[in-house]
Amino acid sequence: MDRFIFLTVDGLSRGAVFAAFALALVLIWRGARLVNFSQGAMAAATTYIAYSVTTASGSYWLGLASAVAAGLVIGALTERLVMRRVDPSRPLNAVIAALGIVLVIQAVLGILYGSAYRAMDVPFSRRPLSIGGQAVLSPYDLFVFVTVAIVMIALGLMFTRTGVGLKMRAAAFNPDMARLLGVDVGRMLTLSWALAGAVGGLAALLVVPTELGAHPHATDLVFVYAFTAAVVGGLDSPVGAVGGGLCVGLVLSYVSGYSGSDLSAVVILAVLTVVLLVRPAGLLSRPAARQV
Amino acid sequence: MTGTASGSLRIRELTAGYGGPAVLHDVDLDVHPGTIAAVVGANGAGKTTLLRAVSGLAPRCTGSITWEGTELRGTRVEDLVRRGVAHVPEGRGVITELTVEENLRLGHLWRKDPADGRRAVAEVFEMFEPLARRRASAGHLLSGGERQMLAIGRALVGRPRLLLLDEPSLGLAPKVTAQIMALLRHLRDETGLTILLVEQNVRSALSVADRGIVLSLGRVVVDDDAGTLAADADLRHAYLGF
Repeated sequence: MDRFIFLTVDGLSRGAVFAAFALALVLIWRGARLVNFSQGAMAAATTYIAYSVTTASGSYWLGLASAVAAGLVIGALTERLVMRRVDPSRPLNAVIAALGIVLVIQAVLGILYGSAYRAMDVPFSRRPLSIGGQAVLSPYDLFVFVTVAIVMIALGLMFTRTGVGLKMRAAAFNPDMARLLGVDVGRMLTLSWALAGAVGGLAALLVVPTELGAHPHATDLVFVYAFTAAVVGGLDSPVGAVGGGLCVGLVLSYVSGYSGSDLSAVVILAVLTVVLLVRPAGLLSRPAARQV
Repeated sequence: MTGTASGSLRIRELTAGYGGPAVLHDVDLDVHPGTIAAVVGANGAGKTTLLRAVSGLAPRCTGSITWEGTELRGTRVEDLVRRGVAHVPEGRGVITELTVEENLRLGHLWRKDPADGRRAVAEVFEMFEPLARRRASAGHLLSGGERQMLAIGRALVGRPRLLLLDEPSLGLAPKVTAQIMALLRHLRDETGLTILLVEQNVRSALSVADRGIVLSLGRVVVDDDAGTLAADADLRHAYLGF
């Protein structure tokens, strides 16, 4: 039972990061109907920026702020300079462009930083705290939960309570109608990419230091798990991304805790396959609109 | 609900389409301030393309479209509302994932005066009571009539001077269609709104319109007083099928 509780808390902590990363994918999917395969590489770049700033300044928090800011800029530039110029009538072109961005970013990071892992510090202890003699969660886990929760709540409030959020949703759901109502759809799309870049960068910074450290490929597996989370929850559903992320985190934690980490990828693939077979639009996708 | 009635829409030598053969050919028409012009014709005549050309949604377009004396062509679609033009497209364009209230808010977000926007939404709720009762319902839960009310209401919260309305009776019961037509008449008479109405329901459209324009294969074949058009048996038989 002790192990189960520990694995559950650990799984939820990792799942929260996958949820944030999956949310970044959902933000772009809803706006552009595109799975951003470059999300992982973009996040790897922001992780290196955080690493450089933290190393130079000695401040984790300055590094974190710079990663978020860099995510905003990289996301916006990717949309304005590359994705906007891709013919939207051929979805494969956007996928190829995204993969091209992955190659460019990883090559540039490799040239600048080399291929060695660079250890990164975390601001709080990762030693689990005990409650009643039971190791539960570490201060860093708590930091991850709170950070992701703040991001989720802030995004939720922005989408549901502000004019910009309403415009972003309108532009995502029905771009032609949104334009007729005065919404600058292109600007909303840029904003979606910028937010996705920032959220993805933040998520990567929460998880990369807990593994081997900064590396051009450090976020590859995070992207795969987050993509699975987004598909499980429903690519159209921010709530689904959060639920999917937590589910994937728990599954990974239980599988690696009870059976060994070698099986993790296989089980995630199995989860993805079952969801695609049973409910292809995702577990929390919205039912089809009533036809009138 | 609307602004001043100074609007006049003037279309000259308009040819428009989507990249293949043109759908509209050398269309000339005028819509005078505070009047309803009904564009009627068979399926494929180019009625919807006419409205899309005015809004800038038809990608291939030549000729001239002036509104209140200024050329509309070249205006970005998202800037159209700032020129006082509202377009309710075919199929109503209700954003079904948003609630009734959110759809209406969206109609005035571009305006600088949020307080007036809220007043306009309140006026729409007064005008369409069923919408007020369902303000928190998602658009996909509304009936066809409610969606049409929402689409027109959302256009009105922007306080337009020109309303482009595409097939408002599509899929609606005759009673609801009559209510929609009565509303258009009310808007014209009470607020001076200029309306370019595209409609397959010819009788309903001509019953409220001041001007009737018949499109056939992308060309204007008749442009006359709506009452005259409705009363002319030869014209009706030749072009309108009743």
